[in-house]
Amino acid sequence: MSDVNQDRRQFLARGSAVAAGIAIAPGMLLFDFARARPAGEPASSAVRWGMLIDTTQCESGCDDCVTACRKENGWPEPKASTDVQWIRKVELKQISSGKQTSLPMMCQHCANPPCVDVCPTAASFKRADGIVLVDKHRCIGCRYCMMACPFKARSFVHEPVLDHDSDMPRGQGTVESCTLCVHRVDKGIRPACVEACEKGGHRAIVFGDLNDPNSEISLRIRSVTTTQLRADLGLNTGFSFVGL
Amino acid sequence: MRTLLVILLLAVSPAWADSLAPKLDIGRGGQCVEDPAFMRVNHMKLIIHQRDETVRKGIRGSKYSLANCVDCHASKVNHSVLGSNQNFCQGCHAYAAVKIDCFECHSSKPREFMRPSEFAAEEIK
Repeated sequence: MSDVNQDRRQFLARGSAVAAGIAIAPGMLLFDFARARPAGEPASSAVRWGMLIDTTQCESGCDDCVTACRKENGWPEPKASTDVQWIRKVELKQISSGKQTSLPMMCQHCANPPCVDVCPTAASFKRADGIVLVDKHRCIGCRYCMMACPFKARSFVHEPVLDHDSDMPRGQGTVESCTLCVHRVDKGIRPACVEACEKGGHRAIVFGDLNDPNSEISLRIRSVTTTQLRADLGLNTGFSFVGL
Repeated sequence: MRTLLVILLLAVSPAWADSLAPKLDIGRGGQCVEDPAFMRVNHMKLIIHQRDETVRKGIRGSKYSLANCVDCHASKVNHSVLGSNQNFCQGCHAYAAVKIDCFECHSSKPREFMRPSEFAAEEIK
């Protein structure tokens, strides 16, 4: 019994030391051991979340990222073209050379998102840390955002949702799309598709803070040639692609 | 008009008033985040404020949270705050004749009954 109490004491002491570390040095290196935002703190514009898709590592026919997203966020397997789809696999073939490319396609979390521009109720919005979301409390289901999105990233929920999830509320009559797993990112952990891709033995998706020059994603973007999709539209997407 | 109502209510025997009040299954119950009398009147204001703070600003970890309400007040019989007029949310909303929209999208079951995430929780580098 005394052992148990001792453990508890050590645990509490360690916990308070960690808490003190955060309080003493905000924004300093100490923060790097976990990116979870403390309770009560809003998302900060000092951070910009983004993804790097390495198409050279993405295997044709593999849809681990799609399955992971479905399980994590609770959307059913799409059967019709009008069904909900937050992420999909796209296979490309260059006709002249026959070069084939496989990549996951989802919301590109633009810095200048057209879906936000057209939303009549301000339900479509960009969070301070660059994540583009739908506030389903305000969404009236008009689907202007779906028409405005050049990536066909958004879907409309036609059917009633029966299997609700505490982390990712979904409902009939609203538009939804990739949230960059905002519920996970706020806890300081990576999106489900990134985890699944790595678990499947690939390293096709890198997630991280584009504003942090030392993050894995920033280092990769500095060292290899990357492209944004439809860069001509000036959207400044949070996603970059290698090998396109 | 209001004074008349109060007088009327006072004139009615407490036993009769009790028989009209909904008999609620408060689930686990216990210490609420605020006084129950305050919550009865103001819970919707607390939740609606928090919903905007969380969805739009990303502020998490508030003591006011719909999921926390459900965690404590889901019935131990059907593990939900809905289902019958004994269930915590539905019972009172039926009594007050106020439509309840929250659970069109949000879960009416406590988090312990949600499927856990299957994906390893590696920290962001």
